[in-house]
Amino acid sequence: MQATYQNPVYDYRASPDQQAEQPVHHPLVIIGAGPVGMAAALDCARQGLPVVVLDDNNTVSIGSRAVCYAKRTLEIMDRLGPGQRLVDKGITWNRGRVFAGEGAVYDFNLQPEAHHRRPGFINLQQYYFEQFLVEQIQDEALIDLRWKNRVTGLSQSEQGVLLDITTPDGLYRLRCDYLLVADGANSGIRTLMGLESKGQIFQDRFLIADVLMQGDYPTERWFWFNPPFHRGQSTLLHRQADNLWRIDFDLGWDADPEFEKQPEQVIPRVRALLGHDNFELEWVSVYTFQCRRMDKFVHGRVIFIGDAAHQVSPFGARGANSGIQDADNLIWKLKRVLDGKAPRRLLDSYQQERSQAADENILNSTRSTDFISPKNKVSRVFRDQVLALARDYPFAQGFVNSGRLSLPSRLLDSALNTPDRDAFGDRQAPGVVATDGPVLTADGELAWLLNQLGNEFCALFFADDAEQVPVGALQALQQGDMPIRVLVLLAKGARGTCAGLPLLQDREGVLFERFDATPGSLYLFRPDQHVCARWRRWDIEDVRRAQARACANLEETEHE
Amino acid sequence: MNDLKLTLNCPDPDHIYSRLIKLHRVDDVERSLRINARLILLLANHIGDTQILEQALEIAGSMEMQGEKAHA
Repeated sequence: MQATYQNPVYDYRASPDQQAEQPVHHPLVIIGAGPVGMAAALDCARQGLPVVVLDDNNTVSIGSRAVCYAKRTLEIMDRLGPGQRLVDKGITWNRGRVFAGEGAVYDFNLQPEAHHRRPGFINLQQYYFEQFLVEQIQDEALIDLRWKNRVTGLSQSEQGVLLDITTPDGLYRLRCDYLLVADGANSGIRTLMGLESKGQIFQDRFLIADVLMQGDYPTERWFWFNPPFHRGQSTLLHRQADNLWRIDFDLGWDADPEFEKQPEQVIPRVRALLGHDNFELEWVSVYTFQCRRMDKFVHGRVIFIGDAAHQVSPFGARGANSGIQDADNLIWKLKRVLDGKAPRRLLDSYQQERSQAADENILNSTRSTDFISPKNKVSRVFRDQVLALARDYPFAQGFVNSGRLSLPSRLLDSALNTPDRDAFGDRQAPGVVATDGPVLTADGELAWLLNQLGNEFCALFFADDAEQVPVGALQALQQGDMPIRVLVLLAKGARGTCAGLPLLQDREGVLFERFDATPGSLYLFRPDQHVCARWRRWDIEDVRRAQARACANLEETEHE
Repeated sequence: MNDLKLTLNCPDPDHIYSRLIKLHRVDDVERSLRINARLILLLANHIGDTQILEQALEIAGSMEMQGEKAHA
């Protein structure tokens, strides 16, 4: 099997740290070089923070596993580096069809709002995603990725964390100020620390078959409830790169995973679905799933991210996508804490913001699971009648839940937000991630807003005309102990220059509208591109206070 | 907050009641389950107000719980 992909083998290389008499100290160590651990490492490089990544294996994901990468993940990957490569290799899709019993129920188009750089989703095998991140990491001087390094012991004190690491050359030790744990759903480190991830185990088994098909098949997501070829259960068909198709069969709880995995079992199922024999089996797996999370993601100087911290069912693409947002949320905070520019309690906001996101993801994923595989008779009746109504009555299509689009969490309750003083629309309220939109740079280059925001705090000033820009005040924000990146966005068609300030133009005129901005408005974005404050009228002190609040540096937050 | 109407709101309750009974005239519980599910979905969508629906769900569910306790 695996005709389309050969797993790379990354060489183990001994580190000079292994010969040191005393454990060598690093500010930050990450355990796990999966999508989430590697995203965190790349973000460290963007923040100028040196990092050691330890992985107990020497290759990328075996089999395709995670398949759907959402728009927000692609936007983060644009900031971290490999965004374009992922989109080029991935399959962009917008159209989905839902079938029930013998016939079609309805089809939908997820075509997002116009004028965004990235699509709603791409489908891409996890091994490509990981491979592209590894290759990006190989170009990063600040990242020391060590294959075949297994952490077998861990202790922490107020001063830091001490790790025992087993390698092909034997044992060595490392010290670090902070440890990030990204070793996946069955986290060995979580177990080593005697911690739990608690929640719901679903009594259901799914068969994944990745099949290779040559031919002209539509790039669509097809979902069947109770189809004639798989009575009583559901099936999902999805396209990946390299003419590979992902098929998920719901098998129910009583299925025998070893038996169902055998090609003699799988091939007839796939043939019944496709109605032909023109395919080859690439990879097969049977999985069960859980929706669960740790109570606390931060344990002293050990911080859990991704599936190690929280796990969801695969419906709705909320696993890898939310883990990557964990990294996006955490790394800028850690950098500021390590630099002494923010207090340690800034890390509490990681717990607060990302556990809210985890709860949202668990809720959505549980709801999808309950719809896809109803747990009792009446819930099955409701499900089937939603599908029956959906054929003729459009309202019922809204009740059909074969997985909800994963959107970034709106962190409206975050303690890092400065509440609005001026009246603004809700779309870009403090806590919400910045929306994208087309811009024109000062050089006349076609570009996108999110790619301009950088890796620091960023202030975006909206102006009608370059003459109106308060150059002095904006330049003052670029100075000081915590410099802010400043961008000026001119209305569509406006021209002019502004000494020392990067000028952008609202190329299609959509950004003023999306941000509900008027000339003179200022938005302040955190380094993870979430809005933390906005004003129609502001002064330097307002912006500095909002930045201080977003770094947990305000006096009043101490007393809260 | 919008309140669920708990005093009579139907101009002709006898008519509505007899229509419900007629819908279930065929003595087939499976069929009736399906009909009721469709009816609930149609009405829930028409009402569309989450607060109103929450109150109705609460009353419908909690009466059963009292009953279960009474039987226990």
